[in-house]
Amino acid sequence: MSRRLCTAAAALVLALSASPAALAQQPIKLGELNSYKQFAAFLDPYKNGMQLALEEINAAGGVLGRPLAIVSRDDNGTPGDAVRVAEELLTRENVALLMGTFPSNVGLAVADLAKQRKVLFIAAEPLTDKIVWENGNAYTFRLRASTYMQTAMLVPEAAKLNKKRWAIVYPNYEYGTAATTAFKQQMTARAPAGIEFIEFPVPLGKIDPGPTVQAMLDAKPDAIFSSLFGADLARFVREGELRGLFKDRPVFNLLGGEPEYLDPLKDEAPVGWWVTGYPWYSLDTPAHQRFLKAYEARFHDYPRLGAVVGYSTVKTAAAALRKAGSTDTAKLVAAMQDLDVDTPFGIVRYRALDHQSTMGAFVGRTAVKDGKGVMVDWHYADGKDYLPPDAIVRKLRPAP
Amino acid sequence: MVAGTLAMSGPLLAVRGVTRAFGGVEALAGVSFDVAAGERVALIGPNGAGKTTCFNVLGGQLAPDRGDVQLAGQSLLGLAADAIARRRVGRTFQVAATFASMTVRENVEVALRGVGRDAGLARATLERAAAADLADRHAGTLAYGDAKRVEFALALAVDPVLLLMDEPTAGMLPRDRRALMDAVRMATAAGIAVLFTEHDMDVVFGYADRIIVLDRGRVLADAAPDAVRADPRVQAVYLGEDAA
Amino acid sequence: MTLAALAAQLVNGLASASALFLLAAGLTLIFGVTRIVNFAHGSLYMVGAYGAWALVDRFGPASFWAAVAAATLLGAVLGALAERGVLRRLYDAPEMLQLTATFAFVLITRDALLWLFGAEDRLGPRVPGLAGTLTLGPLTLPQYDAVLVVAGPLVLVALTLLVRRTRFGLYVRAAAENRVVAGALGIDEARLFTLVFALGAGLAALAGALQLPREPANLAMDLPAVADAFVVTVVGGLGSIPGAFVAALLIAEVKALCIGLGTQTIGGVPIAFPQLTLVAEFAVMAVVLTLRPQGLFGRVATALPTTTLPEQRALVARGGRATLLAAAAIALVGIAGPLLADEYVRVLATDILVATLFAASLQWLLGTGGLTSFGHAAYFGVGAYAAALAARHGWPFAAALAWGPLAALVWAALCGWFAVRSHGVYLAMLTLAFAQITWAAAFQWDAVTGGSNGLFGLWPPAWLADRTRYFLFTAVVVGGAWSGLRAITRGRFGYAVRATRDSPLRAAASGIPVRHTQWRAFVIAGGFAGLAGALYTFAKGSIGPDALAIPRSVDAIVMVLLGGLASWFGPLAGAGVFTWLQDTLARTFDYWRAALGALILAIVLLFPGGIGGAWQWLRARSR
Repeated sequence: MSRRLCTAAAALVLALSASPAALAQQPIKLGELNSYKQFAAFLDPYKNGMQLALEEINAAGGVLGRPLAIVSRDDNGTPGDAVRVAEELLTRENVALLMGTFPSNVGLAVADLAKQRKVLFIAAEPLTDKIVWENGNAYTFRLRASTYMQTAMLVPEAAKLNKKRWAIVYPNYEYGTAATTAFKQQMTARAPAGIEFIEFPVPLGKIDPGPTVQAMLDAKPDAIFSSLFGADLARFVREGELRGLFKDRPVFNLLGGEPEYLDPLKDEAPVGWWVTGYPWYSLDTPAHQRFLKAYEARFHDYPRLGAVVGYSTVKTAAAALRKAGSTDTAKLVAAMQDLDVDTPFGIVRYRALDHQSTMGAFVGRTAVKDGKGVMVDWHYADGKDYLPPDAIVRKLRPAP
Repeated sequence: MVAGTLAMSGPLLAVRGVTRAFGGVEALAGVSFDVAAGERVALIGPNGAGKTTCFNVLGGQLAPDRGDVQLAGQSLLGLAADAIARRRVGRTFQVAATFASMTVRENVEVALRGVGRDAGLARATLERAAAADLADRHAGTLAYGDAKRVEFALALAVDPVLLLMDEPTAGMLPRDRRALMDAVRMATAAGIAVLFTEHDMDVVFGYADRIIVLDRGRVLADAAPDAVRADPRVQAVYLGEDAA
Repeated sequence: MTLAALAAQLVNGLASASALFLLAAGLTLIFGVTRIVNFAHGSLYMVGAYGAWALVDRFGPASFWAAVAAATLLGAVLGALAERGVLRRLYDAPEMLQLTATFAFVLITRDALLWLFGAEDRLGPRVPGLAGTLTLGPLTLPQYDAVLVVAGPLVLVALTLLVRRTRFGLYVRAAAENRVVAGALGIDEARLFTLVFALGAGLAALAGALQLPREPANLAMDLPAVADAFVVTVVGGLGSIPGAFVAALLIAEVKALCIGLGTQTIGGVPIAFPQLTLVAEFAVMAVVLTLRPQGLFGRVATALPTTTLPEQRALVARGGRATLLAAAAIALVGIAGPLLADEYVRVLATDILVATLFAASLQWLLGTGGLTSFGHAAYFGVGAYAAALAARHGWPFAAALAWGPLAALVWAALCGWFAVRSHGVYLAMLTLAFAQITWAAAFQWDAVTGGSNGLFGLWPPAWLADRTRYFLFTAVVVGGAWSGLRAITRGRFGYAVRATRDSPLRAAASGIPVRHTQWRAFVIAGGFAGLAGALYTFAKGSIGPDALAIPRSVDAIVMVLLGGLASWFGPLAGAGVFTWLQDTLARTFDYWRAALGALILAIVLLFPGGIGGAWQWLRARSR
């Protein structure tokens, strides 16, 4: 009741103080939250990407005749704080929608809040399959290719090798276990009978590389599948190279080609690994070239994957607003169904089926060029080709 | 039940062959003695004689390797310090221990409730310890001699049949010392047994009915003050010569 | 696992053990002498890694050893500065206040390094001449690891000689043994403390710098490092350098074995040993401290540390009309204020109220009970999860809310039973170990707790779903619970608990069963923390493992100390200021963590009694 009163009072104040013309110039606020301190390596470029998209949209006259504004908050990397800052964006800033988040647990918590408060949420980066499947809801849409999808992008190559004994090393939390499960499932479905998997879970951010690599050596695997990233990946690579773990063994590493994780390795980047990632240096599609030039001109730096994600998230919000013709949540959610968005990776579609975008990833092999890790022989794996059949997806999602 | 034991025949406290070693060195080597109800007994001896170990065994802070300690016919062995307190053994420490964050009255109230007695007895308890004037002071701000008096009140709060007092007058002014020991004397007049250690020989010979001398973990003498004073072995120990 | 493989794993463990020991040696030295629990030890480690990286990046890989030396020196200088500039002013304050100050350093260091080096991980080069491997029979060992294997014992010997053979070492031992005696011996305590702090900090930086070829310098390495260092220090026995070495060896080898064992089937049940590495060190610590409460090489504390805080009286002062009026005013402003302000203030106030109850439960344990807990979040988290699981199983809201504190109570009864066997910092570390084990269970038990993601869809029923209503509901519940806790504090049991804190010796001699009383105090604290957790669950609609992670425990300690250990409204003041500051600063500054750290430092330095202490001081002055 008091909320209604407040809203009414606010509306009255607005109506009295603003002429219609001025009202038209009020920006549409997009509420954004992310774990800027915890995942700064990804999210600093992400913020730049958002900024670039915002400037482009506003330079072109904004959306619905109004400029866009992003109200950004740090969620401190915890679901509890994320819910609080999201509430602040909703109540105090009156944002039209929520977007952002990085870790899966935060993304899922905000998705649940979106359902409770009935507001659109565009999850930018969380990779968890659950956010669109088991825990999916009517108000939540996700941009990035999920753990399942990116694993599926590597599986065809892995299955082709016909290796029997796989060592799987992964960070011991949802992303790592989900990748491992997806890999095992999809490989078992495709690969020869008698395929076996030996698992090496490591604590996130605290891999003990010596013993881990030693144990993997002792297991004598034919091939390796890894979903390590960040500092864990760097330590694993160095130790594994030293001890000859990767000699004559094909290695697949989810996310390993993302500049965020490949660049710190410099000339020690592994060679010949199959990875998913983002080869900004050699991606010459017109859509990407336009983005690349604009980004470099604006920030005097090359883009990381985070920049693409931030940029595409804001583009998504703008496209949804444009299609809805309104900031009304019901209309926005309706507009998100099968919405096409122009991104640096080409046009992606937010599937009405499960609210997952078809943004893909690049699959290729690692190499070292001019003292830096790069992806070579890559191809774009379109997200729409790496999702389970519709009937299965329908079963995964809870009834609306 | 324990109240009835006061009327029992036999010693109130019976220490029988108590032995306790620390890393091969016997701090107590078969110590035996009795204390009767209403008796004031001083436990003396040079440093390292085993007084503190003996007190810690009696108070439940330390378990003996061998031997037995009986209060009114019941063994105290295996009982924790708080259970011994509930058997009506009051205790004061070498360095006065009080509850620093409370007033003196609250100190006594806590101690009374600790053994299941009525907190309303605080006033009377403080008066028995000649510490009623301190009731509203904060225990943490007391002068040392005053803290000793408060501690005596806390020992009385368990309604003791036996008081174990470790150097009750150490660090006190002569005037306070007399007041405290007079209060102790009044307590024994009411039938409470007191076992105390003390460095001040004036206090020992002025107040003890009987004196037990410990040396290297053994009872060297156990007699009336005059007899102990005359005992050449005791003199030898206190002069630092070999007793044997 | 073959015998050769086992041997290989053990040798691998040696390198990790050396790294762990180097990290912990400085902490144990600092604690042994100054009794400061230095939370910033991990930050110094991180500074060492970044410092070495910067130099190597500038002068090339050949300068590695010089860079290590320079980084060590840098750490020592920073440590000395921190001791001189801040910690020295806090030696007379309650011990925990120093911990709060070092926590502020953690926040400031992180943001300073982010500002200096950016967010990207910084991997150092391989060390020239040590880039290859050694082959010993079936075993391949990186040359650099072999150097580490030797470096640990070398530092051990050097430190032991320093402590046993030098005048400085004599002073260190004297100060560690007995501060009063050390003072009487004419030791210049101020200088000694600065030197020890510099040495300890230098060792931390050295450990970080030496880690550079094995691990990229990154902004997340501080907290795991300090947690590891604590564990090693405590398992070894506080202040014991050989103890730290043995503990490091034990923990590293247990971890290496867990990794080496892989998944084994024991009695038909597959056990994934590598998953245990998440908590291996904490499990080792729990076992060691349960069996040997003073750690492997620690000495039995003969006299219990008695912290006497006469100002504690303020906590239970009958106060009379003035206090009642103040409480009524706080309640009025606390409820009417958010109602008049915008809706978000109600959301924020709900968070503050939940944090207040959590902090009040810790204040009871810490202030009234004198029992330091570094793992209080465990009971908050168990309460939160229990309420969440009950709600998921269709229990009515009220029943689910009540089940939270009940479950927390049960868990606190179990953990507390072991914890109160220890004292002081050992007890604190044992609570931390239990909290980490609880956290790991929540983190890994996917089927029940939702694993690392947690549980979702846990909103209050429709009649409470509105933000304002849930705020009012929380205010009533927290107000009631807090008054209840206050009544316990001021009641008979509260006095008995304070008696055990003031003087365990006297309490026992007065018929109070000390351990049992402390255990009951622990259980009560757990119950109230659990209620806070249950309220939290329904305020957020979700619950995850972060609800019982270390940062939440640390936040609670900081809140209690900010508010003042001895002030009855301290929990509200601390929780309010901390939550509100964090919320406001995070919105205003990019480097909000550093700003928060600076503010905490200011409060701690200006008002060692916390906000409550400042208030009493003001009142005393105005009279």
